[in-house]
Parts: sequence; C-alpha cells; structure tokens
Amino acid sequence: MTVMLDVENARKTFTMHLQGGISLPVVQGVSFQVAAGECVVLSGPSGAGKSSILKMIFGNYRCDEGRISVRHRGEMTNLAGAEPRLVLNARRQTIGYVSQFLRAVPRVAALDVVAEPLLVSGVSRDDARARAGALLARLNIPERLWSLPPSTFSGGEQQRVNIARGFISDLPILLLDEPTASLDAANRMVVVDLIAAKKQAGVAMIAIVHDDDIRADIADRIVDVTSFAAAA
Amino acid sequence: MAETTMAEMTGASDQPLLVAEGLTKSYGRLAACRDVSFVLYPGEVLAIVGESGSGKSTLLQMLSAQLAPSGGRVSYRMRDGELRDLAQLGEAERRFLFRTDWGYVHQDPAQGLRMAVSAGANVGERLMAVGWNNYGRIRQTASSWLERVEIDTARIDDAPRTYSGGMRQRLQIARNLVTEPRLVFMDEPTGGLDVSVQARLLDLMRSLVNELGLAAIVVTHDLAVARLLSHRVMVMKEGRVIETGLTDQVLDDPREPYTQLLVSSILPP
Repeated sequence: MTVMLDVENARKTFTMHLQGGISLPVVQGVSFQVAAGECVVLSGPSGAGKSSILKMIFGNYRCDEGRISVRHRGEMTNLAGAEPRLVLNARRQTIGYVSQFLRAVPRVAALDVVAEPLLVSGVSRDDARARAGALLARLNIPERLWSLPPSTFSGGEQQRVNIARGFISDLPILLLDEPTASLDAANRMVVVDLIAAKKQAGVAMIAIVHDDDIRADIADRIVDVTSFAAAA
Repeated sequence: MAETTMAEMTGASDQPLLVAEGLTKSYGRLAACRDVSFVLYPGEVLAIVGESGSGKSTLLQMLSAQLAPSGGRVSYRMRDGELRDLAQLGEAERRFLFRTDWGYVHQDPAQGLRMAVSAGANVGERLMAVGWNNYGRIRQTASSWLERVEIDTARIDDAPRTYSGGMRQRLQIARNLVTEPRLVFMDEPTGGLDVSVQARLLDLMRSLVNELGLAAIVVTHDLAVARLLSHRVMVMKEGRVIETGLTDQVLDDPREPYTQLLVSSILPP
C-alpha cells in the first residue's frame, strides 16, 4: 500500500478581524491517510469542516498547525506552509481539485477549458483537445456546445464541464468536492464510473458527497470529520 | 511552441529571474516604499495589490529601473545567466533590457504608444530598435501580432489615436511582446476600460502569458485582475508588504485585517 496523502494533526482557525477579531475554530487534530487507488469519503454535517479540509490540502486555505504531506515526484512532501512555487508545482503535477462550481474564464471554449490542465502538464494541443472531446461526449455534452464558452451553459452543463476538467488529468491525487451534486441519475453514474476508472489507475481520492447511494458506490473508507471538531 | 514553454515551466527554472532586496524609497521624511524583498522566477506572475498611495507604483518603478531606490537593490538575471545589480548596469545593457528583454504596459496606452504613427510602425519600431531592417519581414511580424491581439489587420496603417481604448491597450501589448521579452511589467493594465473590454483584455493577457511562459509583475488595485492573472500576490499598505502568498490562498483565506477588508469590499457580480 503506497500512502499518497498523509494529514497529521492539522488545525484551522479563522480570525475575523472585521468582526472584532473573533476567532472561529474550524477543525483540529485532523489526521488520516489515503493510499493509491483508494477513495476516502469525508462525512459529517454541514459546517463540520469537510470543505475546509479539502481546501487546506489543496492550499487555498492555510494550515495553522500540523502537516499535510503528499507524494510529489516520488517523495512525501509537506505542503503546509510551503513556498507558493512548491504548491503550484504540486498542483501541476500531483494534486487536482474538482469543485462544485466552475470559475468560468470569459470567452474560452468549453473544449479548451477542459483541455487546459493537460496543456499545462505538457500534453500536445491536439491530443489534449481529442481527450477533452471524448470526456465531454461521455458526460453527455453535445458536440455543438464544445466551441462555446461554458458561461452560456446551464448550471448542470457547467458542472459537467468542470468535472471533465477535473478528471481529464493524469494527476495521482484528486480532491472531489460534491462532484455529483445537482446531476441527473445518468450523469451521476458516469461520474461513479470515472471514479472507478481512477481507482483502477491507482489515483488516491478524497471526496465529499451528500448522496448516500453515491457514497456507498465510491467509498473505500469513511473518515468522520465530527471527530475533528474544534473546541469553540 | 506553447507546449514546450509550459513544459519548461514545470521543470527547471530553479534560478530566480529577478531578486528584490530591502527596496526602500523615501522622499524626505516620507517613506513611499519600505524594505520590500521578494524573488521572482521565470514564468511566474506576481500581482502587487493595494490602494492608491500604498507604494505599489513606486515599487514598480524601482523594479523596472526607472527610479533609483534610496535603499536596497534589484538584481536581474541577464540572458547570459548572470544575476546583475540593475544599478551597476552599463548603458548598453540597460538599453537591451528596455528594448528587448522587458516589456512595460502602461495604464494609459498613450504613454506606451506613439499615437500619431501607424499601428504597424508602433509594433515594428521595437523590432527595428533591435536591428531588424527587412521591411517586409517587419510588416509581416507586426501584422501577425495584431492578429494575436485581435486587431483587424486592415487597421495596420491607422494610427492608434483612431483606435478605441481597448484596441489601444491591445496594441500596446503587441508592441511590448513582439521582441519576446522574458519579463513584463504592467501598471493597472485594465484601469480606465469598460468592464466588458476588461474581460476580453484579461483573457487575452492570461493566454499570452501562459503560451509564452512570460514572467510578469502586475500592479493593480483590482483583486479580480490579480485572481485571474497571477500566481502569487503581495498586498501593500503604507509602503510595506503586509501579506504575501499564493493568490488563491491570500484571497480565499486572507490573514491580515487590511487584506480581509480588501477582500470583503468586493461586490459580488
């Protein structure tokens, strides 16, 4: 079993300076590991800190204490408090994030939005676009939409473009933040299949899903986030 | 071409392109900029944000060798691989930086363009300054750059004073990038443009910076510009850098009271 992600004793507190400096503890003592080919689902009620944990791993949120180590270029590398260059490098080569919402760049065609992560990792433009098209087709985005910017799409279509963008990479670690929310049943099953294929390929995944059926389909292990509740 | 530059970016480039150490500028008792230090690597885009009077423009002028610091220094890696103190450069080396290896995009295109000569000449001039002398090739290169910045090539013989604000700014970018600089300074590049024109310009700058693997230092008071263009951000207040880090980290999880205020002051679209 190859450990791909090792979170040790991570803690997050927000200090809200504009609200009189009140301190908002989110999580503490977060510790778990994820192995290659494994999908760990974070569970817990809304506000328990599931998304915050994903954001700490990806580096959107700072980690106040503890370590977040990922297997980057073959070595366990601590990203908590790391130099921006190292975090950016890890995002290009090691760790991907599939969020619920597409941060649409104006005027870029859906096909190119999806192909971009491959281009950044050095895949040729033609290959990248071919793979992007295949994935969009699989997620039932009609070909006539591929050349249009996703900002003009429906919410569900935008989400599927975002999923395609997240799953197209060959990154060994993927963070999934409610990838199936607001998808219809057919597309939910496509996403479940994509996750299964990633497991086969040895990708380590950490997911947040609220749908019990999907959770049962994809989870190899469940980590209960309520045990990391920060003392208020 | 795009693929190789991006692949390079992910690999080597472990040597800094520009190093700022303890940069300070005082005007009498007033310190416009105090003790700013950072390192910029090839292909990296750094945004400097802060409100008017925060010292960000003073800093940009010192970084681009247009203003001598009162203290500290800026070093730049020349194409021969050597890191050199900008204050120690000879005239020929300075000229090389200004004409070829650097670009400088002004907020007001009229400052970066010659308004009375044709668009083609505006772009071609930078090439002639570095020794190009074949008229046909210069015109062809200028024309292909106009296309890249989405200016109708039928307008190549028109002077920029007949252009709209957005077109002028795109022309200024073409003029800067035609010599394939390694570092571009941008001072409020979208300031003064309509929102719809801003979006188009930002998108264009974003893809050019990616494709060319450019390093850039962008001064802006607009956090949306910083988010879309930059990898890293420095927040300035009263001449000092008060917070710095990955752009999405500083904007999603601002730590300093002033940064929290800046981030919370954005109206949602």
